[in-house]
Amino acid sequence: MTRYAKIRVPGKEMKITREQVLRVAEMAHLELTEAEVDTYSRQLDSILTYIEKLNQLDTSHVEPMAQVFSGVGNEVGNEAGNEAGKQAGKEAGSQENTSVREDVARASDVGPAVLDGAPDASRPYFRVPKVIER
Amino acid sequence: MSAAAWTIGSVRAALTAKKVSARELTTEFLARIERGNPELNAYLALSPERAFAQADRIDAAIAGPEASGLPPLAGVPVAIKDVISTQGVRSTCGSRILENYIPPYDATAVARLEAAGAIVLGKTNCDEFAMGSSTENSAYGPTRNPHALDRVPGGSSGGSAAAVAAGLAVAALGTDTGGSIRQPGALCGIPAMMGTYGRVSRYGLIAFASSLDRIGPFANTVSDVASILAVIAGRDPADSTCVPVPVPDYSTQLGGTVRGMRIGIPKEYFGEGMDAAVRQKVEAGIKLMESFGCVPVELRMPHTDYAIATYYIVATAEASSNLARYDGVRYGLRVPGATLLDMYKKTRGRGFGPEVKRRIMLGTYALSSGYYDAYYLKAQKVRTLIARDFTEAFQKVDAIITPTSPVPAFRLGEKTDDPLQMYLADIYTVTGSLAGVPGISVPCGKTPEGLPVGLQIFGGHFDESRVLQLAHAFEQAGGFTV
Repeated sequence: MTRYAKIRVPGKEMKITREQVLRVAEMAHLELTEAEVDTYSRQLDSILTYIEKLNQLDTSHVEPMAQVFSGVGNEVGNEAGNEAGKQAGKEAGSQENTSVREDVARASDVGPAVLDGAPDASRPYFRVPKVIER
Repeated sequence: MSAAAWTIGSVRAALTAKKVSARELTTEFLARIERGNPELNAYLALSPERAFAQADRIDAAIAGPEASGLPPLAGVPVAIKDVISTQGVRSTCGSRILENYIPPYDATAVARLEAAGAIVLGKTNCDEFAMGSSTENSAYGPTRNPHALDRVPGGSSGGSAAAVAAGLAVAALGTDTGGSIRQPGALCGIPAMMGTYGRVSRYGLIAFASSLDRIGPFANTVSDVASILAVIAGRDPADSTCVPVPVPDYSTQLGGTVRGMRIGIPKEYFGEGMDAAVRQKVEAGIKLMESFGCVPVELRMPHTDYAIATYYIVATAEASSNLARYDGVRYGLRVPGATLLDMYKKTRGRGFGPEVKRRIMLGTYALSSGYYDAYYLKAQKVRTLIARDFTEAFQKVDAIITPTSPVPAFRLGEKTDDPLQMYLADIYTVTGSLAGVPGISVPCGKTPEGLPVGLQIFGGHFDESRVLQLAHAFEQAGGFTV
């Protein structure tokens, strides 16, 4: 299956509209200038058009890969190694529990240093603009 | 370029023979940086107090009764990429949003280097939050390539690569998410490696894309890369993604025979878009490997062409989530706003540079309701297919050989207007990032213009030893100047 490059007619074949760009910026908590909105609309459209090539592949029977070593079974990890790697991968799998540390509270002494670097600290808190309007 | 390239071995020999003290060596490197950095912009911050305190400890150990028990990296001056936390030393990630950020603790990799005797000279420039392939996305100006000052050093760990290549550090740490160690290593003409995903603790690494990020070394020799990796690798209770697989002694295994090693040559990595001089050098490199007993095997890795598209969904989605923490509340820049939300938006809008905002936008879009299945889930499935290409390849071969970068160092500004063109600089490196396998870039001659070419070696998961053996054999056979 071959996919041909789309003819770019602004406002017609765009993958992402200006309105969507504004909505995404809102979700991402980014204040953008007018010029940025224009630039990102154009650039994201071009990147998303390129990414469309993934649709050439039939993935209906493929499991998604979220992590290299997926924990239980270590499927992908074990798969992707050669003999030495497989052995090591299995060890990693069998020792999976040991990579999670015990749930024990420990003292931390970085609090003061963290607050020293805060933009507006009111010890022992961070101060922010009013959140709840009355 | 400095003619006198120090190595871990030569530092050790000079120190134990008392030809130089660690303090003198530190002074010398800081002086070199003072001379060389204005032109290169490889370092963003120096840590002389910390460096001299460590040097004095090393000098005291040498003067003491147990000089033979010096730690493995005693007195070795190193540089740390600015996305890796250093207690008390400013770490900006190349971003305005962290312009004044001073980490309250050390990354495990940094702590391990210092525990092994290394001297931390300072922090190196990089693309903002490690997002880029040229170091031009740094808020603090680009780093220049020591081989050609009008060209980029690669990225995102361009400062680390340039610092080592120019003799402003003996070794350096970088991070690799889609090629950010290997590609600048190639463009600056030095060996540069990422271990298997999870090999090195990321505690203290300021996150970009958590299912991909890795810390790894730059040095002048494969042997030095092996020594650094051995020090920083291995389980860390502070990072649950750091895999508890025993770390072999890479250095003593370096000389292992590579005769009869099956090296896979994937056709997909030698197609269109590769510079002719790069092709010629990498093919000469493969011939050299044949000459010392490696057996080339032609491979097909059919999903290679989908790796960039997959990567730019997975990495940006994870980045949009990881970078949500920069909101002006706890650290870094705060731009005042009338309401909390207004403050968030203004802080992020002004604190992040163009590429970071572009990636946050792309990632947020890919994860948003109605697009998740079409983009993010689809990319995760294709990632499985790309990983499977590696699985199948490693049933036939011991290592995979490719070019590191399709082109040698490009000119500053050459690709900055077109993000997609910049993304394609990582076309041969992102595959291994997605599959989680270890990879090294080693120098492989120069183009007629005198620009370094890099050859990449991938190994199976946790098979760093064989990757290093082959890289070492290549170096010994003269491959670096093939």
